Amino acid sequence: MNTLRKWNLSLPAALAVGLLLVVPVVATFTTTFTQPQGAFAPYLAFFNSGFRRTVLWRTVEVAVITTVLSLVIGFLTAYVISKVPGRAKSVMIVAAVFPLLTGVVVRSFAWMIILGKNGILNDFLLWTGIISAPLSMLYTEGAVIVAMVYLFVPLMILTLVGVLDNIPKDVIEASISLGASPASTFRQVILPLSVPGLIVGAVLVFTGSFTSYATPQLLGGERQMMMGTFLYQRAMVTFDWVGASTVAAIMVVVTIAIVLVMGRIARKLNPMAV
Amino acid sequence: MTDRIHPLLGIFAALVFVFLVGPLIIIIGASLSDTNFLTFPPRGLTLHWFTNIFAVTAFKTTAITSFELAFAGTLLSLVLGIPAAYALNRFRVELPAWLSTVYVLPILIPEIVFGFSLMKSVTIDSGFPVGLTLLIGHALLVLPYSVRVVSASLAAFDFSIEEAAISLGSPPLKTFFTIVLPNIRAGVIAAFILAFITSINDVSVSLFLTGPGISTLPIQILAYMEQFFDPTMAAVSVLLMLLTVGVMAIVEATLGLTFLTK
Repeated sequence: MNTLRKWNLSLPAALAVGLLLVVPVVATFTTTFTQPQGAFAPYLAFFNSGFRRTVLWRTVEVAVITTVLSLVIGFLTAYVISKVPGRAKSVMIVAAVFPLLTGVVVRSFAWMIILGKNGILNDFLLWTGIISAPLSMLYTEGAVIVAMVYLFVPLMILTLVGVLDNIPKDVIEASISLGASPASTFRQVILPLSVPGLIVGAVLVFTGSFTSYATPQLLGGERQMMMGTFLYQRAMVTFDWVGASTVAAIMVVVTIAIVLVMGRIARKLNPMAV
Repeated sequence: MTDRIHPLLGIFAALVFVFLVGPLIIIIGASLSDTNFLTFPPRGLTLHWFTNIFAVTAFKTTAITSFELAFAGTLLSLVLGIPAAYALNRFRVELPAWLSTVYVLPILIPEIVFGFSLMKSVTIDSGFPVGLTLLIGHALLVLPYSVRVVSASLAAFDFSIEEAAISLGSPPLKTFFTIVLPNIRAGVIAAFILAFITSINDVSVSLFLTGPGISTLPIQILAYMEQFFDPTMAAVSVLLMLLTVGVMAIVEATLGLTFLTK
């Protein structure tokens, strides 16, 4: 009876994922290999186009910079949060959760108000006299990166607060009672123990920014095309579905490669696994 | 003594919080400005932009669609996800290990790739109506939350209680609703909230599955911004932020916000 029950309960969801996610995604992949010009023709076309290579490279660059900045900012902030007493800690967690639960469109829109030609930052810089004519900050790679960091820092903070809270207090106390300064406790105990969490965070931020659409669309526009916006443009503006499918396949390959490679690194670096 | 924070680190963290909260305060300010462009601090105060939201019918219809979609998609994901989570925990050793990976595939596959593939295969090639595909997309998008969050609370559930009820003659389905479900209530609520907020904020899956006939609020906001860049956008954003406040209040009341750091 249990044999039947375990499948009756577990299969509907698995079938839904299989039929409505795996099959369509595999179909997208398949179209890129079944073109009359040859099995890898769409990929050759992609990598032979300077514009497309630029889009891919820009996306990697933005995702890497966003990941590094989010790691540094997120880790230091999470460290402070894990150290402050109860009440202040809750306030800080609320301040991090609030943006996280607010939609990506709203959060990207905020940076359009700030960075626009008549935006707040330009107003402020003109007022202080630092600049004499408004700067064009919107539709630059920098604008996309700032908004992406803004998008992912809360996620990083919450992931890492959880990790830091799980480090046994005894380990830290042992380090201090053996004479380590707070700085070397941080460097030699807390940081190595946080590596698995840092890697989880890095994977989340890298894949999230590498595949994002709304933020590059709003802050990068046509001028800073990224993989997500390029996929949309290929599919819905030029109706080049093979081109769009090729972009989709490259996105999936990069995402899965990062997940696997980082997972392997995480297992190697985990000091608790020895 | 051990909890001392270097003053520079304290200042850094304070600046990070200004960075996190500042842009949202700017949106609130900009939504109240009596100017037809976006500015902060607001010049003159008005609620005109909030009333203007209702002048744009597309905001109202897409907001209703978004709520219905988030509600139906979340429920559907729970109907599929709770039994799956139950099976994963109850029959852990008997089920293949890859099964739990299948349930999180919607997180692993980039959302925009999923949305594009759904449109191509399910709407165009198989002829499903756009609205139905949109619902399928949202339900699958949030399925990992349903399975994982419910699974986490089932991991703490003692299945011997259930066995006791069954051996005393309670039918399995009735036992589930009277014994198991009340014990994992917090997990189900959490899954519902996370799934709902993910669905209602989604852009990348909805992007390809909306059109002239049907659209969601975030997609409508993107479309509106391409034509107008006035404080109406800020006002809509403020309303969405109020939704976040509501969600956070529910999380705090049911689970406590520290739940989100686990």
